[in-house]
Parts: sequence; structure tokens; C-alpha cells
Amino acid sequence: MATVEFRVGQRAHITVDSDVCRSCTTKDCVTACPADLFAPTSDGGILFNYEQCFECGTCYQVCNSEGAITWTYPDGGEGVVFRHG
Amino acid sequence: MPADPLDAIVVGAGPAGAAAALALARAGRSVVLLERGPFPGAKNVYGGVVYGRVLDEVIPRWWEQVPVQRWVVRRSTMMLTGSQSLSVDFRSEAWGTVPYNGMTVYRADFDSWLAGHAVAAGAELVTSTVATGLLRDERGVVTGVRTDRPGGDLRARVVIACDGVNSFLAKEAGLLPRTAASHHTLGVKEVLDLPVPVIEERFGLGPHEGVDIEMLGATGGIPGGGFLYTNADTISVGVVVSLPGLARAKVRPEALIADLKAHPAIAPYLRGSSVKEYSAHLIPEGGYDAIPRLAIDGMLVAGDAAGLCLAAGLWLEGVNFAIGSGLAAGRAVTRAIAAGDTSARGLASYRRDLESGFVLADHKRLRRAPGLVLSDRVQQRYPGMICDIAEGMFTVTNPRPKPGMLRLARSAARRNGIRVGELLRDAAAGARVFR
Repeated sequence: MATVEFRVGQRAHITVDSDVCRSCTTKDCVTACPADLFAPTSDGGILFNYEQCFECGTCYQVCNSEGAITWTYPDGGEGVVFRHG
Repeated sequence: MPADPLDAIVVGAGPAGAAAALALARAGRSVVLLERGPFPGAKNVYGGVVYGRVLDEVIPRWWEQVPVQRWVVRRSTMMLTGSQSLSVDFRSEAWGTVPYNGMTVYRADFDSWLAGHAVAAGAELVTSTVATGLLRDERGVVTGVRTDRPGGDLRARVVIACDGVNSFLAKEAGLLPRTAASHHTLGVKEVLDLPVPVIEERFGLGPHEGVDIEMLGATGGIPGGGFLYTNADTISVGVVVSLPGLARAKVRPEALIADLKAHPAIAPYLRGSSVKEYSAHLIPEGGYDAIPRLAIDGMLVAGDAAGLCLAAGLWLEGVNFAIGSGLAAGRAVTRAIAAGDTSARGLASYRRDLESGFVLADHKRLRRAPGLVLSDRVQQRYPGMICDIAEGMFTVTNPRPKPGMLRLARSAARRNGIRVGELLRDAAAGARVFR
């Protein structure tokens, strides 16, 4: 997303437990995430990146398995910076 | 970090937090305003109009200094099908002059401006700092927050959680469930640049005048709505969709914006523009029945963190509800400290204030609106029916004579799968909901 400024932190503020994802039949995070950060892997898990996250919270809200997606805010001053929000 | 103990810590320098800090600082209370972004508004996105009346009592003649993009003088409601559109377009000269009604803004500018007023009144703004958790005493009373700064524990008589729609503080306090997808919508938005004269010609606007267009039937069958509004030299266009609906549809949010931008009624407005920023944010749309407890011992919740966004079909307001609740929270804390009781009971004047003012009065009055507005008939079938009636009325079918309104309405209802009984029931429900 070249149109948004990100101050990428060292710490991943999203973690995904792919063991839980393997038993997930819907994988709603893959299509619902507006930043397109989640991708299914061939073994049924989820590959993700956190660097270009809008910090909206859609992924953990639509996730139907408790504990699959752990989501916190990036550290202070890091993450997305909207100028025209 | 400032020395504690403070009178109050306000978490989040959005409109709710800035208003709360402003009220406290004006009352002479020591208050720290924490913001996780590098500046207030850096994490914030909204969908169209800030209504400024709530500012009158705290910043006299605010319109002379607010960082406005355009004053909204046109408010248009559009019903779309794949190939039709019908608009109800209202315009008022009164909205373009003092004291104004609504304005478009960039949240980076607006939120920084409002937080600046809190700072000018004596609040201490600390940016780039996340409140990572609550500090509580042995009885569970909230006594401060933990931050992600080294040695960053901060203590205060009261914490006001204005940490937005995902409020981890309200969740930690047990006020909000960890997830509640059905009470949330996702808003996605593109900001497109266009020259000022082009915007004013295309939308029929004078200098500094703006338009806000709200759309039904613009979200590919997913419950929600579309929007388009003008800034000085950009146009913001986007959709708001129910989270469970979006997940079920397996459609990418960007694809919904792309479809809206390509709609024959929208595309001509955007011709020649290019994308300047793409953004996304959750919106709490659960309405009155999803609003959590607002006070516990040592802590209040305000703004989106308390689900105080009003999404009631005809009325879509959030920033003013955040400011209204923030001001009320700041005043309640001031009273509680003066009375020496910052327990939930001592802070109870907050809720009473909200109930006697617009924040909870509007929410209570419109509590059934979200359900009706997001129903399939209102979302899909009525826009289709209304567009079909309009098309039937204005299509001249010579040499056949005009069909007559009743017949038109009946066949449009039938074509869109609407039974007369449902129509009457929904009309009655609408009359009750918006009474």
C-alpha cells in the first residue's frame, strides 16, 4: 500500500497460531482484512505479515477460533500514520 | 513522564479524550493525555461529517480556527442498484454560514487541533505511548495505567478510557467482550486528489462549500452503505459494511470500493483522480443496547470505546458523540474529585449527564434503528423497488398510455420480492424507530 505511511516496528503486534488455523474451515481473516495481510498456506495454516497493518481489528473480530489471532497495538509511535483519515 | 499522582489519566487523544482532558484542565485538574500515535488523529478515520454544535459551549466561535476542509451545504441520500440511482438531494445556504452545521476535516488536523486546546488549558499530552494495561489496587479499584515507556506506570485518581473502538482497557476491565463482530462495521476509504475548481464544478459547490453523499445499495449485497464527501482538493469515497456480512461474502473490502467507484452514477465524479491514501477502521454500530457499563471504581469509558457512535440510517454521527461524552466524562471526574468519591457511585453523574443530553437520549430514541437499517429489505430490495418505480414513472412508453402509480408500485414490489404485508410492517416499524 504505497499510499499510506507506516512506521514499522521491530515487534510483530499480530501473532497467529497456525495450529489453530489448520482446523478453521472459514478463514474469514483472509478476505476480510482490508490490508490483505493474511494468506492461506498449502498445509492449511495462515501466513501473515504485520508491517502494513491499518490496526483496525477486523482480523481478530471475524476470527471464529479463540486464540488463533493475538492482536495488540504496535508500540508507541509505530505502525500506521493516517494523514487524511 | 510526569510525576504522579495525577487527578486523571485520559487514554487516547481522539475527540473523546481531548474533550475529557479539556474539561478537566479547564477545571484546574492535573491531567495527562496519552496518545499511542505520533500525533493525535494519526490512527483515526471517519466517514464524512463532523457536526460542530457540541463545541459551541467550550470553544466559542470555533469555526474561525478549526482546520476545516469544506462546510457541508449539500446532503444527498442516494439509492443504487447495479444500473440505476435515485437521489434525494438537500441543500441549505444556512449550513454555509455562521454558525455552520457540519464540516469535512482530516482527522490528523482536527484531532490535533482539539487536543491542542486541551494542552493550552493545561493538560499534558504524551504521544507515541501505548497504555498497555490497567493498574488496580487489591480491591480492584483502577489506580492508573501501565505504559510501554520504561518505568512508565502512571497513577491517577481516575482513568478515562477513550482508547477507541478496540478499547483494550474496557476489555481488560470486563466492560466489553473480547470480540463482538455483529456490533461492528468496517469502514474502508480512499482519498482521491482532484483540483479545487474541478471539485467545485462537478458537485455544484462554491468556495469552501462541500457535499456529503450517503448511499444505500452500494455494498454488493453486504449490509452497510457507501459514502462520498468532498475535501478542499480531494474526494473521500468508501463503504461501511457489517463485519459478519463481509466475512460471509468472502469479498475483499478493496473490491467493494472499486465496484462503487466504477458505478455509472459515481464514476463521472471521480474521473481523472488518483488515490492519495487508503484507510480502514472499525466502527461500533451496536447502538444503545450494546453500550457497556460506563463507570467502574476509578474508571470511565467514553467515545468509541463506549460504543457511542450513532449509526442510525439517516443519522451517521460519531465525532460529536465522542466530544459530548468526553466533555461529560471530564466534568463528572471533576465533580467526583471535588466530592472526594471516585468510586463507580461517585462517578455516576457521568451517565446521568449523558442521558439528559443528546448522547444517550439520541441513542435511546434510535435504539431499534441499526436492526431495521441493516435488514435485507432496507439494504437491497427497497432501493431496487424505489428505483424501479422511478424508472417506470419517467420512462415514456408511447404509444401505450401511462401505467398509473398503483400498478407501477405493485409490479416494482413484485419484481424486487417484496410483499405488501412486509412493506406495511416495515413502514410501521420505521415510524416507530424514527418517531
